[in-house]
Amino acid sequence: MAQMTMTQSLNSALNLCLEKDPGVVVLGEDVGFFGGVFRVTDGLQAKYGEHRVLDTPISEGGIIAAAIGMALNGLRPVVEIQFADYIYPGYDQIVSELARIRYRSGGAFNAPVTIRAPCGGGIRGGQTHSQSPEAIFAHICGIKVVMPSNPYDAKGLLIAAIEDDDPVLFLEPKRLYNGPFDGDPGKPSVAWNGHPKGEVPEGHYTVPIGSAEIVRTGAQVTIISYGTMVHVVEAAARSLNVDAEIIDVRSMVPLDVETLCASVDKTGRCLIAHEATRFGGFGAELMATIQERCFWNLEAPIERVCGWDTPYPHAFEWDYFPGKDRVVVALKTMLGLP
Amino acid sequence: MAHAPTTPPLSKEQLLKAYRQMKTIREFEERLHIEIQTGEIPGFTHLYAGQEAVAVGVCAHLSDSDYIVSTHRGHGHCIAKGCDVGGMMLEIYGRAAGLCKGKGGSMHIADVTKGMLGANAIVGGGPPLAVGAAIACRNRGDKTVSIAFGGDGSANQGTVFEAMNMAVVLKVPTVFVFENNGYAEHTGADYAVGSKDIAGRARGFGMPAESCDGADFFAVYAAAGRAIALGREGKGPATIEPRITRYYGHFEGDPQLYRAKDETKELRETMDCLKNFRARVTREGWLTNAEMDAIDSDVLALIDSAVKTARAAPPPNDAELTTDVYATY
Ligand SMILES: Cc1ncc(C[n+]2csc(CCOP(=O)(O)OP(=O)(O)O)c2C)c(N)n1
Ligand SMILES: [Mg+2]
Repeated sequence: MAQMTMTQSLNSALNLCLEKDPGVVVLGEDVGFFGGVFRVTDGLQAKYGEHRVLDTPISEGGIIAAAIGMALNGLRPVVEIQFADYIYPGYDQIVSELARIRYRSGGAFNAPVTIRAPCGGGIRGGQTHSQSPEAIFAHICGIKVVMPSNPYDAKGLLIAAIEDDDPVLFLEPKRLYNGPFDGDPGKPSVAWNGHPKGEVPEGHYTVPIGSAEIVRTGAQVTIISYGTMVHVVEAAARSLNVDAEIIDVRSMVPLDVETLCASVDKTGRCLIAHEATRFGGFGAELMATIQERCFWNLEAPIERVCGWDTPYPHAFEWDYFPGKDRVVVALKTMLGLP
Repeated sequence: MAHAPTTPPLSKEQLLKAYRQMKTIREFEERLHIEIQTGEIPGFTHLYAGQEAVAVGVCAHLSDSDYIVSTHRGHGHCIAKGCDVGGMMLEIYGRAAGLCKGKGGSMHIADVTKGMLGANAIVGGGPPLAVGAAIACRNRGDKTVSIAFGGDGSANQGTVFEAMNMAVVLKVPTVFVFENNGYAEHTGADYAVGSKDIAGRARGFGMPAESCDGADFFAVYAAAGRAIALGREGKGPATIEPRITRYYGHFEGDPQLYRAKDETKELRETMDCLKNFRARVTREGWLTNAEMDAIDSDVLALIDSAVKTARAAPPPNDAELTTDVYATY
């Protein structure tokens, strides 16, 4: 085992995949010579050359489309979209081509494309550097959507995504690259070093896509979350001293309904927390699923803590960001605590 | 031997205004470069220092009823289009009294009253909007134009290709200004612009195009003048490609490993637009050093007070958090 940041563990995953499979090709803006604005592809072009790690012009539509063409012809492209906020010029290619090519060819084609995209807030990035777009991709049938919350899962999930025969959108909560973040911007940054999930094997392993993880077991309430918010809800549960069961969704599509529902059936209460806006957010899907499956075991309405229904703001980041205080308020309401 | 007196291409008043704007942009950016290090400014900031002659040379032809769209590197375009410097600084600091109530920040400064349709953090996001604005200009029939500022990197974005073709097809008055500063983030334009010739690409779309020295205010002013005149005469779009250097990193905090260490230091000495301007106007006898020195101290005071005001100003109040999402509710 080694100590790794999320940046390093993602780099390690890419390195192993490039080494193992000559069909793996990394492409994106500034990923080669420079090594990526978040340093995730650092050193890979020097090691594997310009045909395996490609610097592209600023052309998200073209990058994603080219990756589809590559994937249909024997390669396993790993695209980096520099910020998830820049993915939209390629949205048509993802929705109309990537996600549907298998269905419309009657199963003849498959497109093993992985699209990595840093997402989420907490870095004072404002409306075009902080978005959490998981729901608008989860809504598209034919593409898997995952989001790790720590270095260990990041590496295992990225290898699983690259080796997967379906397209995978791999969202990386950028606030977590260098350390966990509990939502309090006033505290000094914490490093992954010393965190149990910062312990990462150097070799090959996978975290299966489609499996949620119970981060902490508990009996009073189930808190379902993913990405940066996993750390926020953990801090909230700790500060209130409630016996919460915390689940990291990790994979939105496919969704590990069994793990989620078994927990809610047990606790009878469920709080869902995500950074993305509330209306039509992924929490709505979680809520509907749990309501359908766990209705007779529910002891209180399911609650959501989410971003406000606005673009991600410039001036109000810490009002918008669903931090510990808002999670605490929701937990108190649900549990009838003073 | 003294030069024979020459006639300036702009009136004295216009020359003074151009100098004042270029100097204001420079000081605005130099000051931000320092203030950003305090950590008080949210968001990412991309400084325009070095490129002043482009924004000012182009906007010198415009009035408030002409439109511009800008980029992530937008402070210079805003100032050249007449946005209030104090309001911009407040916006960058995320203050309630900012030009966009603190909701946009550095990369999204807009001012409808000035025809400034917005800085834009999405590369390639602006030019198609400029084409739309130009359709409005044409349909109003008032000879106004729209300008689409963009970088060399933006010239590779599909949305920009679509905008250029549409402008030609619809024959609308958009001038595409591709500020070729040699880099898109860490990637050289000589790598990522396949033909290495953005003006040539524009000609391929069927519009007149020329490149010019972006550090020479008068060269930009002349090229922009020709392009804008076509638009005002109803002859459709045109492109200019000013070649220029940005003095700072891509964004504040960029380690600039892709650049030779002294690359900008030397250029600041040899091809600085403010120095070029001063040399030319004094040599020709159009302005005096004393006139420009007076502007320099005005500008310093203006920027200093903008920063002080912005630092002390209140943020928006919480009730503002959820407003302005829809026009109807
Ligand atoms: C759609 C999109 N892709 C990528 C980015 C990230 N990005 C911001 S600025 C930039 C480089 C732009 O280069 P250029 O157009 O030459 O402008 P300059 O920064 O040189 O002024 C990139 C890649 C973005 N903001 N939007
Ligand atoms: Mg550039």
